[in-house]
Amino acid sequence: MREVDVKLIEDAVAEMSKEANYYLGDDVIQAFEKGLKEEESPVGKEMFNQLLENARISRDEEVPMCQDTGFAVLFVELGQDVRLVGGDFNEAINEGVRRGYTDGYLRKSIVSDPVERVNTKDNTPAIIHVDMVPGDKIKLTLAPKGGGSENMSAVGMLKPAQGAKGLVDFVVDTASKAGPNPCPPIVVGVGFGGTFEKVAYLAKKALLRPIGDPNPDPFYADLEKEMLEKINNLGIGPQGYGGRFTALGVQIEVFPCHIASMPAAVNINCHASRHKERVI
Amino acid sequence: MEPKKISAPLTDEMIMDLKAGDNLLISGVIYTGRDAAHKKLVELLEKGEEWPVDLTGQIIYYVGPTPAKPGEVIGSAGPTTSGRMDSYTPAVLKNGVKAVIGKGARDEATRNAFQEYKGVYLGATGGAGALLAKRIKEAEVVAYEELGPEAIRKLVVEDFPVTVINDAHGNDLYQEGRKQYAKA
Repeated sequence: MREVDVKLIEDAVAEMSKEANYYLGDDVIQAFEKGLKEEESPVGKEMFNQLLENARISRDEEVPMCQDTGFAVLFVELGQDVRLVGGDFNEAINEGVRRGYTDGYLRKSIVSDPVERVNTKDNTPAIIHVDMVPGDKIKLTLAPKGGGSENMSAVGMLKPAQGAKGLVDFVVDTASKAGPNPCPPIVVGVGFGGTFEKVAYLAKKALLRPIGDPNPDPFYADLEKEMLEKINNLGIGPQGYGGRFTALGVQIEVFPCHIASMPAAVNINCHASRHKERVI
Repeated sequence: MEPKKISAPLTDEMIMDLKAGDNLLISGVIYTGRDAAHKKLVELLEKGEEWPVDLTGQIIYYVGPTPAKPGEVIGSAGPTTSGRMDSYTPAVLKNGVKAVIGKGARDEATRNAFQEYKGVYLGATGGAGALLAKRIKEAEVVAYEELGPEAIRKLVVEDFPVTVINDAHGNDLYQEGRKQYAKA
């Protein structure tokens, strides 16, 4: 057993909240550079110029790349040989969010109730997903999620007879309906299989993979390519102004499912595909 | 194509000269307002009362910025999704506002209102909040201070980059751009 003080988790979450919002990942920057080179639409090219310049300003001046600094979504891989000490695990994460969002001048975007809509003023609570794994380490991944793109996401309980084509159509249709709203070029996380709640989780988790990193199964890697091409053929383009780059990547996570089911989920991310990791 | 430079107050003639797809650089005064401020402005119109600030010929920017760092004018300040303002926008245009800045598609009634009242819908780059904040030189709350980040602020901007999405002639860049680049 290895003892880990939850204060370490709090500190890591506070730092990651700021870093995720200030420093856009290299995979996204490279995708922008490719877009700038290959986009056919002049307005679309200009959008990539602005996004690259925006990423540079936010990194150099340590200001948020977007004013929507997101819901703090935390994925925790908790080693089963870790014993947490020093306080409440969930509260440590929330305290980390509170500190990071306050000290980092990030926007507080969470309301305490969906109808009354009173701001919690510190961006808590976080959304926390815990996965128990072998070992004595803790891996934390923080993915701040913006509201505009989250609103364009969808879950579909497809029929098994629809097969792979059913999945492709569902994903492309969801991107088509989203149009300009989720701040394209988007990153598309796809969950496939599992149950109603598992598939949505898989779709979100798929967004954590670096852009362009294919599914290890060649069948799904090919489906990712096919969906990316079809989404880009919609013509929506950067910011929806028309162009060849509607999505930067499509990433599928797959899980076994029930004989009667074929669940699918699409979690859309804007181009500010933000996530940071720490291993404690 | 070189961007056109514009400043408020905007006249009908200036609006009619703008076409969907035009890149513009705005300098001078714009006003911020999103969901809560729009609700209040439209309630005043329904009661037949005056607005707390005269917005005739002016530009409204749908934005909820991050807190300003010490020494900065404003935090990151990119556009929010405009569709949430659709139910208010026709009344706001009818009362003299000439342009609104946001991102994302508008409903049919709102698109028609840009034609009817000679107004334009302008897009700022969603997710470019750090870049857009650089073009904001002054910020001052002028109404509804109690709304915090949703208060109406008067901003002074310099070369603030926007693209015309819906013009006053019925054109829609989202529909036309998509059609132009779609492949079967």
